[in-house]
Amino acid sequence: MKLFSGWSLIRAYTLLVYVWMFTPIVAVVLLSFNPQQFGSFPMEGFSFKWYVKLAHNATILTAFKNSLVLGSITSVLATAIGIPAAMAFVRYEFRGKEAINTLLLAPIMIPEVVLGVALLLFLRWLQQPKSFLLLVIGHVVLTLPYVLLVVQARLVGIRKEYEEAALSLGASPFQTFREITFPLLAPAVFAGMLFAFTISFDDVTATLFWATARNQTVPVQIFGMLRNSISPEINALGAVMIVLTVSLPLVAGYVSRRFARGSQA
Amino acid sequence: MLKKEKDPAFVKFRGIVKRFGKVTAVEAMDLDIPEGALVTLLGPSGCGKTTLLRMLAGLESPTHGDIIIKGKRVNDTPIHRRNLGMIFQNYALFPHKTIFDNVAFGLKYRGIPRDVMKDKVLAALEMVRLPGVENRMPSQLSGGQQQRIALARAIVIEPDVLLMDEPLSALDENLREDMRREIDKLQQDLGVTTIFVTHDQREALSMSDKIVVMKDGRVQQEGTPIEVYNNSANHFVADFLGHSNFIGSTVEAPENGRIRVRLDDGSSFLTNPSETFNPGDRADIVIRAQKFAINHRSDQGELAGMNVLSGRIRERNYMGGEVSYYVELANGEVIHVINLVKRNPFRRGDDVTIAVDPENCRLLRELP
Repeated sequence: MKLFSGWSLIRAYTLLVYVWMFTPIVAVVLLSFNPQQFGSFPMEGFSFKWYVKLAHNATILTAFKNSLVLGSITSVLATAIGIPAAMAFVRYEFRGKEAINTLLLAPIMIPEVVLGVALLLFLRWLQQPKSFLLLVIGHVVLTLPYVLLVVQARLVGIRKEYEEAALSLGASPFQTFREITFPLLAPAVFAGMLFAFTISFDDVTATLFWATARNQTVPVQIFGMLRNSISPEINALGAVMIVLTVSLPLVAGYVSRRFARGSQA
Repeated sequence: MLKKEKDPAFVKFRGIVKRFGKVTAVEAMDLDIPEGALVTLLGPSGCGKTTLLRMLAGLESPTHGDIIIKGKRVNDTPIHRRNLGMIFQNYALFPHKTIFDNVAFGLKYRGIPRDVMKDKVLAALEMVRLPGVENRMPSQLSGGQQQRIALARAIVIEPDVLLMDEPLSALDENLREDMRREIDKLQQDLGVTTIFVTHDQREALSMSDKIVVMKDGRVQQEGTPIEVYNNSANHFVADFLGHSNFIGSTVEAPENGRIRVRLDDGSSFLTNPSETFNPGDRADIVIRAQKFAINHRSDQGELAGMNVLSGRIRERNYMGGEVSYYVELANGEVIHVINLVKRNPFRRGDDVTIAVDPENCRLLRELP
């Protein structure tokens, strides 16, 4: 009787969902340690061969460097633009506020293909060649809405009285921002930067339109490699990507909790 | 000791109007705040009292009119150059700074040397009776303690004016009274000009040097607590400052500085007029519920010189120290009476007389 109770069915169902979601990912990681060229289960041995090969692949390494640089610049720029914008939307009243806010959040709703083509056409209209700068601008457009949302949400929760108290005590608006608003906002700023970095680091669709041969990012590189052959190197690269994108938020969460505890004591 | 002459208009509001879009929050306000006084802005929510305070603070700017502090027009002075101390309803202590850094915050921008700063902060904490908490975080203190820290933070900068926006309303009932006395004492010790915004008439009556009663962005009456309570200028003030009865009447004739009026039920009252009336004028007698003395109808005591009505108790609410009665008169009018609890409180259905001294029967012109 107990075996077929509602709860055990739900448990079994949940398990199936997880298996369905994670089997491909686990397969990629496992196969990256398979020494055979055409990997299949059961695996015949264990080796770091593909990782070593990866580490000597100059194209991949360049792409990796590109992705890191692009992600870092994007996250810094997106937060640098996002914080003042969020301040304006949450703290001040001005004409057309709703419209501008919707416009800034629009890139979330617009298909990336459209965004990709649109920016390319715009560049053509300006008669400029594709460049790294284009990638940066594009990625900032892609990630800004997320930064804006995270920072705005946090800012709404920070009572205006803190800032008003600081002002009344003689701090200038800038000093108030530096001493009060920014420290209280820091977790959201950090989260926003992380968001921006991961989105930029992961993006394929729009980046395909914007990247030049010299400015390939890792996901675009993988996409290109798949077109030629399914090399097990890709499995290794995939495993590295997984470790990176999973561990970064975890580490960040741990660091921010440590910070929070530090300021409590 | 030779005291410096106090400025009777240390803070001046001149023709202040504040509009938010189409809504007028403050309408043609002229107000003087004397130096060293504790002035309360009292009124229901939406009466413009907080807006007025925020304009003085520099958090809002007036649509028209001038704000003058110490003889200097401050309309164009930004908030951080006005040297004001501000206390908020929700304390607004900086949650990420220690108590020491919170209190020292204002001193940092006044170029005060580090060691002097420390002495000042510790003295301020002493003054609000919370010594030794300087290394704690705000979240580790209770609401009452946090508000005292907020007070310390505001007074340590020696502000020209101390502004308090409903500082007690977030506190528990029993804590509120302690905190109120603390603020009162501190204000008197320091002699700092203070503006206190509240909707609580008891707070206003108990601690103010001057009360400004506001409604719909206009001053209804200003004066000492005794003046506004006993000589309320209009129906609104009379009602807002305590439970008042309004009884319709017709003016008959003056009588020894009082005015005799005829109530609608035919009885005759001597009243204490707020202005001049002519015979035949319609007027409302305003009587506070606490001013009536209630007696059994059979028990005719010393009622000489008193105004007397008789009726039957409709409703009785026991409130511990006091009892609130609703007495229905013969013509169906209901009078609210609050009396201290005696040995045998009256019961519903008792026939009673209620008597009131003419002194406590304020005569106001009837509302149009």
